Amino acid sequence: MADVKKIATRESYGNALVACAEDFPELVVLDADLAGATKTGTFKKAYPDRHIDCGIAECNMTGIAAGLATCGKIPFISSFAMFAAGRNFEQVRNSIGYPHLNVKIGATHAGITVGEDGATHQCNEDIALMRTIPGMTVIVPSDDIEAKAAVRAALEMDGPVYLRFGRAAVPVINDNADYKFEIGKGVVLKEGADVSIIATGICVEGAMGAAEMLKADGIDAEVINIHTIKPLDEELVVATAKKTRKVFTVEEHSVIGGLGSAVCDVLSEKDPTKVTKIGVYDRFGESGPAAALVEKYGLDSKGIYAKIKENM
Amino acid sequence: MTNLELQKTANEVRKGIVTSVHSAKAGHPGGSLSAADMFTYLYFEEMNIDPKNPKWEDRDRFVLSKGHTAPGLYSALANRGYFPVEDLKTLRKLGSYLQGHPCMQETPGVDMSSGSLGQGISAAVGMALAAKLDKKDFRVYTLLGDGEIQEGQVWEASMFAGANKLDNLVVIVDNNGLQIDGRVEDVCSVYPIDAKFEAFNFQAINIDGHNFDEIRAAFKKAKETKGKPTAIIMHTVKGKGVSFMEDNAGWHGKAPNDEEYATAMADLDKIAAELEKAGEV
Ligand SMILES: Cc1ncc(C[n+]2csc(CCOP(=O)(O)OP(=O)(O)O)c2C)c(N)n1
Ligand SMILES: [Mg+2]
Repeated sequence: MADVKKIATRESYGNALVACAEDFPELVVLDADLAGATKTGTFKKAYPDRHIDCGIAECNMTGIAAGLATCGKIPFISSFAMFAAGRNFEQVRNSIGYPHLNVKIGATHAGITVGEDGATHQCNEDIALMRTIPGMTVIVPSDDIEAKAAVRAALEMDGPVYLRFGRAAVPVINDNADYKFEIGKGVVLKEGADVSIIATGICVEGAMGAAEMLKADGIDAEVINIHTIKPLDEELVVATAKKTRKVFTVEEHSVIGGLGSAVCDVLSEKDPTKVTKIGVYDRFGESGPAAALVEKYGLDSKGIYAKIKENM
Repeated sequence: MTNLELQKTANEVRKGIVTSVHSAKAGHPGGSLSAADMFTYLYFEEMNIDPKNPKWEDRDRFVLSKGHTAPGLYSALANRGYFPVEDLKTLRKLGSYLQGHPCMQETPGVDMSSGSLGQGISAAVGMALAAKLDKKDFRVYTLLGDGEIQEGQVWEASMFAGANKLDNLVVIVDNNGLQIDGRVEDVCSVYPIDAKFEAFNFQAINIDGHNFDEIRAAFKKAKETKGKPTAIIMHTVKGKGVSFMEDNAGWHGKAPNDEEYATAMADLDKIAAELEKAGEV
């Protein structure tokens, strides 16, 4: 395992912005004093004239982006998820969502893997917030390849998109010739008959690990990567539920309002199935190394495996 | 305390900052060090507090609006006797009561949780308002970064404080000239700072934030001024006291490695020795 390539999706985000710059001349990147951490600094270096630092004023940045979008620009606004989705919520809702403007939100440092900065900076609520805004597309990439594809896909479509990136380096898992990214289409990573594990973001890797452990116990798990929380791939969710009748969702996010809730929303209407949500259980995060927190909050392979065994 | 005693104490506070951030392998030394003299003056001279009774209801309050500089606050609190100095080494560790950003439920002496810039000043305004409503004498102090004042909420809070004549409130701005992306005037200029506060019906006082005579005089003037809140704009050097961190944006949010830690402590030991010598003269 030592030679698995690892890269943080925020890094992929910065690289993708640069890679897309020539193809999308209307792309401009707005930043709120976090160019280094959000990796928009990579874009700033390459295209200084198309990078705008708004200072520590996220809500104003959001409004400026809305104005730029009405004039034909495609702004990518960037900050930590806590501020990009949290502090900005109402600005995003009313100045971007309601007029359905073509603004993309690049939110980094999502979830507990923020690590040492602690609870004030660990946003476990952003998926829930963004998902409630009509017309908002919500994407949570699982690795470098998916993150880069998602940035391009967001630029190719018209309308607001929220992209969730992480701080910590994560292994590249989608490095295969068949991989194709399409907004709203989930990816079946492993077919199985006994249980369905539906995961998103950095938890996809943990879900794959848990499936391996379940295999040793004779349990055949299906693993699905849902990178687009909204619009959700309802067809795939219903199909896997029909097949296994046991659904587990895994996310680095509150179990209130995130992927698990989105899956429940669909299944409760279309094919009532027992769903066990694995995520952050209605609590704030805390300071500590990212890996230690992932373990403590039961979001690593071992934790996911244990939760599944407990609820079989 | 005499100025010399304050200087010596501030130097100990700086050692605690460097030691805790080094131990955490993460954190924000630059803005903690620039405000170390202010933290020291507030907790050792200015504020009416009781470390044995951190929740005493008539105490003066302090809100660290620039919450990322928690190492500075924690070090001042520890040195003042709220908790053991030794515990500073648990900063940011799993299970520690010294969280990356201030948490009022966890840490004795922390009057308000903070970390999201621009919000602490509003809470401080609320505390000052509570004192007025209850006809109490306690005073409220809050410390902001010069980058932080780019947040619109800072000015909403200031407008309210000025309009409500909260003369029991002191807003301190650490004008170290740097934020994360560079110099504040290059990122999105905040200048002039004093005239802005004056326009919001504050008394504004500019001082050298490393000069205890000027700090003392500013707080005296704030206390004597009735009918308006006071803004103290303190001109400081980010990273003050550690040679290689001084005025360097790169040391905003980075921990020193072992070698850098040794150099930093040697810098501070040298200052300590000079202060000892000055005391003997
Ligand atoms: C609302 C919000 N946006 C962004 C951040 C991330 N952040 C932490 S410190 C900082 C720069 C602060 O600069 P300044 O206020 O000048 O502080 P100092 O120089 O005293 O460290 C930023 C942008 C935050 N904590 N809160
Ligand atoms: Mg500053």
